[in-house]
Amino acid sequence: MNVPFSLTGGEVRLERRLVLRGVDLTVLPGEVVAVMGANGSGKSTLVRALLGLVPLSAGRTELYGVPPSRFRDWKRIGYVPQRLSIGGGVPATVREVVASGRIARQSRLRPASAADRTAVDRALRAVGMADRARDPAQELSGGQQQRVLIARALAGEPDAFVMDEPTAGVDSRSQATLAGTLRDLVAEGRTVVLVAHELGPLEPLVTRSVVLDEGRIVHTGRPPTPQGECARPGHDHVHPHAPAEEPGLLS
Amino acid sequence: MIELLSYDFLRRALAAAVLVGVAAPAVGTFIVQRRLALLGDGIGHIALTGVGLGLLTRTSPTILALIVSALGAVAIELLRVRTRTGGDVALALLFYGGLAGGVLFANLSGGSASLNSYLFGSISSVSTGDLYVVAALTVAVLVTLVVFGRELFVLCQDEEVARASGLPVRFLSLLIAVTAALTVVVAMRAVGLLLVSALMVVPVAAAQQLTRGFRATIGLAVVVGVVAAVGGLWVSVDADIAPGPTIVLLAMAVFLGAVGAGRLIRMRRTESP
Repeated sequence: MNVPFSLTGGEVRLERRLVLRGVDLTVLPGEVVAVMGANGSGKSTLVRALLGLVPLSAGRTELYGVPPSRFRDWKRIGYVPQRLSIGGGVPATVREVVASGRIARQSRLRPASAADRTAVDRALRAVGMADRARDPAQELSGGQQQRVLIARALAGEPDAFVMDEPTAGVDSRSQATLAGTLRDLVAEGRTVVLVAHELGPLEPLVTRSVVLDEGRIVHTGRPPTPQGECARPGHDHVHPHAPAEEPGLLS
Repeated sequence: MIELLSYDFLRRALAAAVLVGVAAPAVGTFIVQRRLALLGDGIGHIALTGVGLGLLTRTSPTILALIVSALGAVAIELLRVRTRTGGDVALALLFYGGLAGGVLFANLSGGSASLNSYLFGSISSVSTGDLYVVAALTVAVLVTLVVFGRELFVLCQDEEVARASGLPVRFLSLLIAVTAALTVVVAMRAVGLLLVSALMVVPVAAAQQLTRGFRATIGLAVVVGVVAAVGGLWVSVDADIAPGPTIVLLAMAVFLGAVGAGRLIRMRRTESP
């Protein structure tokens, strides 16, 4: 089966709290799905459930038609986690971090191949970090670190991406770079599921948006257009907006 | 130094120092990367029960330390995964139990005095048999790191990404824990169980003041480890002081030097971009 992500009746409990309730989400090849919603609405949990990273208390999830525990084709999946920093207690260069994205395509005893190096170079260029390849990743700005995490997923040349808040804390220049990267992926027919608080320059690329509220999908379709103060270009988005506050969203 | 090498026991001590200096920081880099810098300490405490059992049963304290610390490492890893809250209390219980068990068993065997050499190290009493064990363990540790290094890097960097890359996370977690246990036994004779973790962590801490990447950190940490182990052994023989603490203090001195040098380098980098 060639459906990248399929979650049916997905329910997740974290420490006895119901974080996801009966969520159905099927993502077809070539789709760009934005998962939106207020803080704590279950966006992150939803995409992590798609990958089998959080256990479902009910329902089932499949990656290309196979449950995550039996899925073997992980090189088809690229995951960009939501992180404040790249992590690890030891310095790692940008290139080392990005190169680690090849892991699902490498076998244990074989050294890095020419194809590995080419893919890493291409990923670094795609996010505009080629000139920082030898710098310690942990010393970069938040936006640059986010670009490195995206490059790590790109390096694996997957068919489908899951990006958890790739634009959070990212300056507008990095956002523009990301939009460009995403446009290329879409042109190549890749599938993207991304969590976003707001879409910004990514908006025109999104083919479907899913809005979550308290662990339930409350809206599916075109991305909701920002209204009022939110529509002003470059506005500082600090207020949490529950979907109920936005007229037309539930209709 | 050269004429000292005519002594058999010193040649063995020197060989052990080099092996420890290589193995401990190499594994330590992954442990620090995973933010488990105190793992070595925990395993060291547990290993003491193995030593006590070895003394009590008049078998090999080294081999029993190896078995018990490997089991302890597995237990620590399982506790870490299973118990989200209260996990550190469970770990503390394991550590104190290990330490108390070791002292008690040694006491029962009437060999409390020899317990000291395991607690604080006695590299100059390394026998040929010990050296073979240490060499075999070092080879096992290094082969593990070479074969699984790439996967361990991803695991220690971000466990969730490792899972989403299809890596065998549970196996790799146990592997790094057991490898750390082997390293503890390797370092036990040189610096003693109470200071084992220092040789896994301090050279890494020193190296990362000066390096920009992971591979470079492993490389430099190993150099620091060997310099500290061999230099510490030499100083201790020369000044007739205990080698274990000398080795660790020398590594600390290198760390302080590296902090200063790292500051200077970074200041210069910002001045002339």
